[in-house]
Amino acid sequence: MNIPADLKYAQSHEWARLADDGLVTIGISDHAQEALGDIVFLELPQVGRKVKAGEECAVVESVKAASDIYAPVSGEIVAVNQAAADAPESVNLDAYAAWLFKLKPDNAADLDGLLDAAAYQSTL
Amino acid sequence: MFRPFFIARKNANNVTQVPMAKQTPLYATHLRLSGKLVDFAGWDMPLHYGSQVEEHHQVRRDAGMFDVSHMLAVDLEGAGAHDLLHKLVANNVDKLTVPGRALYSCMLNAQGGVIDDLIIYFFRSDFYRIVVNAGTADKDLAWITQHAGGIGVNVTARRDLAMIAVQGPNARARTWAALPGAEAASAGLKPFHAVWFDDALIARTGYTGEDGFELMIPAERAEATWNALLGAGVKPAGLGARDTLRLEAGLALYGQDMDEETSPLEAGLAWTVDLGAPRDFIGKSVLAGRRVERQSLGLLLIDKGVLRAHQKVHTAQGEGEITSGTFSPTLSRSIALARLPAGAAAGDTVEVEIRDKRLKATVVKPPFVRNGKILIEGI
Repeated sequence: MNIPADLKYAQSHEWARLADDGLVTIGISDHAQEALGDIVFLELPQVGRKVKAGEECAVVESVKAASDIYAPVSGEIVAVNQAAADAPESVNLDAYAAWLFKLKPDNAADLDGLLDAAAYQSTL
Repeated sequence: MFRPFFIARKNANNVTQVPMAKQTPLYATHLRLSGKLVDFAGWDMPLHYGSQVEEHHQVRRDAGMFDVSHMLAVDLEGAGAHDLLHKLVANNVDKLTVPGRALYSCMLNAQGGVIDDLIIYFFRSDFYRIVVNAGTADKDLAWITQHAGGIGVNVTARRDLAMIAVQGPNARARTWAALPGAEAASAGLKPFHAVWFDDALIARTGYTGEDGFELMIPAERAEATWNALLGAGVKPAGLGARDTLRLEAGLALYGQDMDEETSPLEAGLAWTVDLGAPRDFIGKSVLAGRRVERQSLGLLLIDKGVLRAHQKVHTAQGEGEITSGTFSPTLSRSIALARLPAGAAAGDTVEVEIRDKRLKATVVKPPFVRNGKILIEGI
């Protein structure tokens, strides 16, 4: 199971990466893509939408199931990965490269409340 | 985050939650092949062995095999076997005159709802074998036994058998390569016929819309047979691919597309109901006297998304509901079977409620795919 040490994780299987520009990139973990199986559709949020931590803001659908994706921290959606939406299988190929959306966090320190790689590993 | 269609049986700590799950004779084989096992109707069954979509294509393009030993074969033997089936099933077993001939039928309750759908293999008027669904097997056995009393029929549940469905355009040739003697026994077998091969039954039936065989073999030979098929290039496929294949083929699934509350006449199964013959069967009078207000048709999603069971469908004639929906690997589009109001017809554009949106879909006549060919125009 691939769980990069430099990312933060939510118990609901999203990963988050805080970049130097202050934006947070969000995707789903390798464990999540494997559990879902062949991913065929991504429903991504509107850019500009304000979301609260834990709010449903995207949907990943595989052949067998639809799964809600939750915002790991509160903030405003500033970008979505249209390339991934056009090729949903890219999430299966590399769940950490095929990010879903970026948000500008209300408070970057909120990321400290997420799990580190070791803590996420222990939930699996 | 998961709302899975198939509920995984292990919890987060990998602790088994359902202690009494049943295992087929091929359980160890699935583990060895890294099958992802899930609970299906109380059985530990492989959902896939890596990629559900690749397994789907393997069956459409070459040959795949499914362990379907969770389904139950039931032998009906004795002088009253024919009369029992006359009464119990909606299709007419009088259509079966050639030994080995198979017939698909529903077994109805007194209200005309579907207790189960099944395949009946005819050997003699005093010997039939039926194959029923895993989730309904206990209920079916009780129902059949109840009606078999006093009319000279022995009802035998054949849990000593394993069943392997080998499906795909090359399924028969690969089966013949795998099992010495099988070609001589089954080369002349027509679709929907079966033939004995020593103590095994080879049936040219299936649930994928492709050519192929369903093999019923003594459980102790299941693994050797499976391995011989693997050696002949038949790849394992799980229940996930089985579901997308049957849906593309427009084949109904018990518990989703019909159940005890559904008339077969409203589930796209009118072709299996024989109301004409001067024969009474359980449920007949209700079906004959009731107006058909709903029908089962296919949907092809025009917008992007995935159709799923229980989504609401808005038509010009009123509301309907999706009974089975998925992403079709062959069409690269989402498809569904839906129960729609009478009057809705192929070619209509309808709207499907998916979360907070209404997406456009075209009504089509199933099947979507048969024998590797897409049958829906405009794809």
